[in-house]
Amino acid sequence: MAALEEEFTLSTVPLGAGPNGLLGVEQSDKTDQFLVTHGGRTVILYKVSDQKPLGSWSVKQGQIITCPAVCNFQTGEFIVVHDNKVLRIWNTEDVNLDKVFKATLSAEIYRIHSIQGTEPLVLFKEGAVRGLEALLAEPQQKIETVLSDDEVIKWTKVFMVFRHPVLIFITEKHGNHFAYIQTFSSRTLSKYTLFHGQEEKSVIQNFTASVDRKFISLMSLSSDGCVYETSIPIHPRDPDENQRVVRSLLLKTVVAGNARSGVALTVLDQDHVAVLGPPLPASKECLSIWNTKFQTLQTSRELPQGTSGQLWYFGENLFMLHGKFLTVIPYKCEVSSLAGALGKLKHSQDPGTHTVPHFVNWETSRGYGFGSQNSEQSKRILRRRKIEVNVPPPAFEQLLSTIKKDSEKDIEVELCKFLAVKRTPDFHTIVGDIVLELLGRHTTEPSFYPRNSLMQLIQTHVLSYSLCPGLMEAALEKTDVQMLQLCLQQFPDIPESITCACLKLFLSISDDSLQETEINMESVSDCSDPVQEKMDEQTEILQNGFNADEQNCDSCDRKLNQKPQDAAEETTSCPVVPKRAALLNAILHSAYSEMFLLPHLKDIPAQHVTLFLQYLYFLYLKCSENATMTLPGLHPPTLNQICICSELNKIEVSFRELQKLNQEKNNRELYSIEVLELF
Amino acid sequence: MGEFKVHRVRFFNYVPSGIRCVAYNNQSNRLAVSRTDGTVEIYNLSANYFQEKFFPGHESRATEALCWAKGQRLFSGGLNGEIIEYDLQALNIKYAMDAFGGPIWSMAVSPCGSQLLVGCEDGSVKLFQITPDKIQFERNFDRQKRSAVHKMLVDRQYMGVSKRKCIIWGVAFLSDGTVISVDSAGKVQFWDSATGTLVKNHLIANADVQSIAVSDQEDSFVVGTAEGTVFHFQLVSVTSNSSEKQWVRTKPFQHHTHDVRAVAHSPTALISGGTDTHLVIRPLMEKVEVKNYDAALRKITFPHRRLISCSKKRHLLLFQFAHHLELWRLGSTVATGKNGDTLPLSKDADHLLHLKTKGPENIICSCISPCGSWIAYSTTSRFFLYRLNYEHDNISLQRVSKMPAFLRSALQILFSEDSTKLFVASNQGSLHIIRLLEGSFKHLHTFQPQSGTVESMCLLAISPDGNWLAASGTSAGVHVYNIKHLKLHCTVPAYNFPVTALAIAPNTNNLVIAHSDQQVFEYSIPDKQYTEWSRTIQKQGFHYLWLQRDTPITHISFHPKRPMHILLHDAYMFCIIDKSLPLPNDKTLLYNPLPPTNESDVIRRRTAHAFKISKIYKPLLFMDLLDERTLVAVERPLDDIIAQLPPPIKKKKFGT
Repeated sequence: MAALEEEFTLSTVPLGAGPNGLLGVEQSDKTDQFLVTHGGRTVILYKVSDQKPLGSWSVKQGQIITCPAVCNFQTGEFIVVHDNKVLRIWNTEDVNLDKVFKATLSAEIYRIHSIQGTEPLVLFKEGAVRGLEALLAEPQQKIETVLSDDEVIKWTKVFMVFRHPVLIFITEKHGNHFAYIQTFSSRTLSKYTLFHGQEEKSVIQNFTASVDRKFISLMSLSSDGCVYETSIPIHPRDPDENQRVVRSLLLKTVVAGNARSGVALTVLDQDHVAVLGPPLPASKECLSIWNTKFQTLQTSRELPQGTSGQLWYFGENLFMLHGKFLTVIPYKCEVSSLAGALGKLKHSQDPGTHTVPHFVNWETSRGYGFGSQNSEQSKRILRRRKIEVNVPPPAFEQLLSTIKKDSEKDIEVELCKFLAVKRTPDFHTIVGDIVLELLGRHTTEPSFYPRNSLMQLIQTHVLSYSLCPGLMEAALEKTDVQMLQLCLQQFPDIPESITCACLKLFLSISDDSLQETEINMESVSDCSDPVQEKMDEQTEILQNGFNADEQNCDSCDRKLNQKPQDAAEETTSCPVVPKRAALLNAILHSAYSEMFLLPHLKDIPAQHVTLFLQYLYFLYLKCSENATMTLPGLHPPTLNQICICSELNKIEVSFRELQKLNQEKNNRELYSIEVLELF
Repeated sequence: MGEFKVHRVRFFNYVPSGIRCVAYNNQSNRLAVSRTDGTVEIYNLSANYFQEKFFPGHESRATEALCWAKGQRLFSGGLNGEIIEYDLQALNIKYAMDAFGGPIWSMAVSPCGSQLLVGCEDGSVKLFQITPDKIQFERNFDRQKRSAVHKMLVDRQYMGVSKRKCIIWGVAFLSDGTVISVDSAGKVQFWDSATGTLVKNHLIANADVQSIAVSDQEDSFVVGTAEGTVFHFQLVSVTSNSSEKQWVRTKPFQHHTHDVRAVAHSPTALISGGTDTHLVIRPLMEKVEVKNYDAALRKITFPHRRLISCSKKRHLLLFQFAHHLELWRLGSTVATGKNGDTLPLSKDADHLLHLKTKGPENIICSCISPCGSWIAYSTTSRFFLYRLNYEHDNISLQRVSKMPAFLRSALQILFSEDSTKLFVASNQGSLHIIRLLEGSFKHLHTFQPQSGTVESMCLLAISPDGNWLAASGTSAGVHVYNIKHLKLHCTVPAYNFPVTALAIAPNTNNLVIAHSDQQVFEYSIPDKQYTEWSRTIQKQGFHYLWLQRDTPITHISFHPKRPMHILLHDAYMFCIIDKSLPLPNDKTLLYNPLPPTNESDVIRRRTAHAFKISKIYKPLLFMDLLDERTLVAVERPLDDIIAQLPPPIKKKKFGT
């Protein structure tokens, strides 16, 4: 049920209305922090849960900010445009906007879009789009004109579709509206004429959009007070042709027709939209939540001091002007679910923590996400499982019969044939069935282990643990660490017991057997980074002093003994070989819940736990060396992944206690007479 | 080389005092370090970081501030409210002067070096003029009540939690007007002194930032935190070719486990010290020109002098602590074994005596006679001599009273091999010889220092036959006296690096001298010249690994039956030099702990060299030969020291 929570005011400084009011609210790279651009000269970074500003930056007198500041999620820097053409890039450390990086472009900017997972995209007023990096490399580059004369951009938005950004912008020319879709995967720009249908007379006042795999669903709020929906394909059949799209009525009279003041519309999720405006001609302005599926008003909140027709929605917060103050109204929508009904759904959430969706939406598929959700979340959403099964293609039948009796070689050949065929919608279930079939034969015939075929099937990227239960168990049994690494990287739903079994194997497998296996080393940073090298030089030079362990000491407990005083030295060397590190990183990357992991962690022998802890500690120290608390390399584990086992602290304490006992034992040997022979 | 029974002693319960202040002197490249017990140590950074001088501590003299002034004069201030100047030649306190402001918390010297400022408990700052032989009170700046030029308000907020009080632990005032403050909320803040505004704020720790030191060029500074971390900040260009510069936190170092109470910044290194008692010298790699010995991280934990003496005859060890002495008798075994075996004890070691000093002064030096019947020790103002009587298992102690007035403060004490003579090096450079009789003594002679010098002798060595006494100060050469004729015999030419250990070999009367640059010389006293072996090794040079050792040799002794052998040790190894074997060159494996296995004798002979090194015992504070086949090694494991320190601030390694 959709609900609006208690509102609160963000800015204590009253804002002017109109062009000097609010230019925009944008997310920053930190949860709960938002960039608010005041029309005119100021950008303020707010921490919403604390309702306090973290930083404020202004352009010089005489300059004017023309486009809302955004955060570059890849670098954490902020970007703002003033005087249409001048880009300023800065970070929280900077004090004065006048002294930060500046680039003057050759054309006027309409908006900068920045979303998770891609570099910021710059949309020019003439309709051209550029990536920020390319622009900064050559700021004075020529910007082409896409739009015709008198055509102006009214609204724009960007989405991530299958890891690639898709930008939509709406233009108006002589009362007609056009939609442009710019894709970056194929670098195409397609143009659509928005056909108004019957309601020719009404004027479109506001837009919002969401994306659904292949279509952008564009919603518009017209002056008649109704919401219309238009579906625009992301990948058109013929991009060059100017196509027409027709809109259809979605909600009737959500605001009073011909409302004088600003109205606004924004999509909240698949079934909900938020509308800002007076519900009746005479009434005060309201924020209303509508369910588009059932066409019902879910909740509404009166804004007696008026609003400005601007509405932003990020995470769980709706931002709008109420009177002269920027107001935040948290919005929650909990879908009724069986788990909820049974009371098994977790409702409690600490304020200020990252907003994880409360539910798994079975209707959303991979790569799908709302503009505000980041890509990491979308990965976790389980793949769609179709109930109806299409008739399997003949290649599948052929393959199944091959699997039943033929040699591994033949199966590989058949599998290649099968995979070459175009994918059907239920491809993943078919692949799952193939794996199960292969595993079925493996159980009855233990010598049969079609490793290559299985690897190939995993690499189709459609499998999950639940689609092929038994696969990882078989790989564990065969100590096939390469396959396990692949599974850990690919499957979103591995049970913690299996994750732990993998960890156990990865810790116990000998270095020699690791040497022979091929392991994806992407997650392990280059071992010869400069810091490391420098440290190495040092230990080399240090002859006696505190470099106590010149012989490679073999036992873990000895290392543990030295830990307190040698903490600094430990940074220098990774306690595990790079291949093992890559495997452990796969574990760290995998999704797991601490609560379920812990009971299984206890099964791991003490010396292996110690090794794992040492590795985690090593990663932590490596992180600490870096100001950004990140590790070098392509896909290193993040700090959260390293630190996620807060329970490990407890284990660490237990180890320290053991160590103390050990020390006491040593202490008793205060005096001995030993035999020494000098050679 | 042979087999030894080694008495491996780990019951020397020595815990160094925490470091309170460090002060670096650029002119002489020396570092003054004060410890919580009031001890002040002087390290010569040019001489391999050798701790060349020290001033013993005093219970009522907790040092809170230390600074160099007027070139090489050293001052300290402390909780007793006194400003102390140290005499770096005579190694005593030149004078102590009450500042009359209560405990002194801080001290600074004016840029020209002629004025000394102290900050006192009562809130006043007092200015002293430094005169050639003293300091003279000049002005008193009382606490400002109304007319503060700027008040810089420090945010007490820390991670959203407001602490009761935010304490500024240190400030630095740069010549461009920037003020840098470090405080108890973990912040390093940059202020503009002209406007009194906060320019920049770095939150670097979850605990107090306790110390700050700025380089002379003011392009780099270092801060130390209560979490044991040291952060380096540098003034770097904003972009590669712009002249605009900003302070950037460049490198964190974690070489301490406890509070870093003091930091210093030499032109080439960051120096830090604190509660965990280590003095850490971390070279700045970009400032070190050659990749040599100076480029290595140094961690100095133990004093570069002996705290242990030994009675070979009775198998006794005398341990010196700040305020007491402990006498232990070694155990024994009848068993034998092979290399690496621990033998069953037939008798365990005994703690015979615990001798507590009277008064607040720390013990400077102590010694037990080879026969075990005499113990002598000295503090800054008193000299004590005791006679020990052994009756079966009982031991009785008798103080020898009425010590002469000239025996007031000794820097070094030594008994002759036959325990009939006592040699005392006092400050002011004189050497006293005393004959010991049953329960009494007789003053035989005093060697006065060479005319014009006041340098104190810190090291003494007596030849086993009792004829020769060698004495060395910190810089001048080693003097050799003839005890029979009571006159100066010769002076070994002065060498650039201070002497760290001295000993005279039996029979040959060769004087072996170890210096802080790890060179070892052998000088024939009868011939008044360096021996042939010494010349050979100087010509060929020591093995590079030998020269790279980072702790000085603190003790040299000899094998009674094998005149060719010299035993010496530092904190991480001991070595028996067999002068009859060829010297190693840089290609030879210097340290070879493994026994020759199946190699033929030819290879074995070819690889065998004069330096027989063992690194089994460490940190090694003392090693000596008790007899031909018995060694005693006193170790002090770092874990045992850490176990006696207050617990460090617990930092979570996992979780958030």
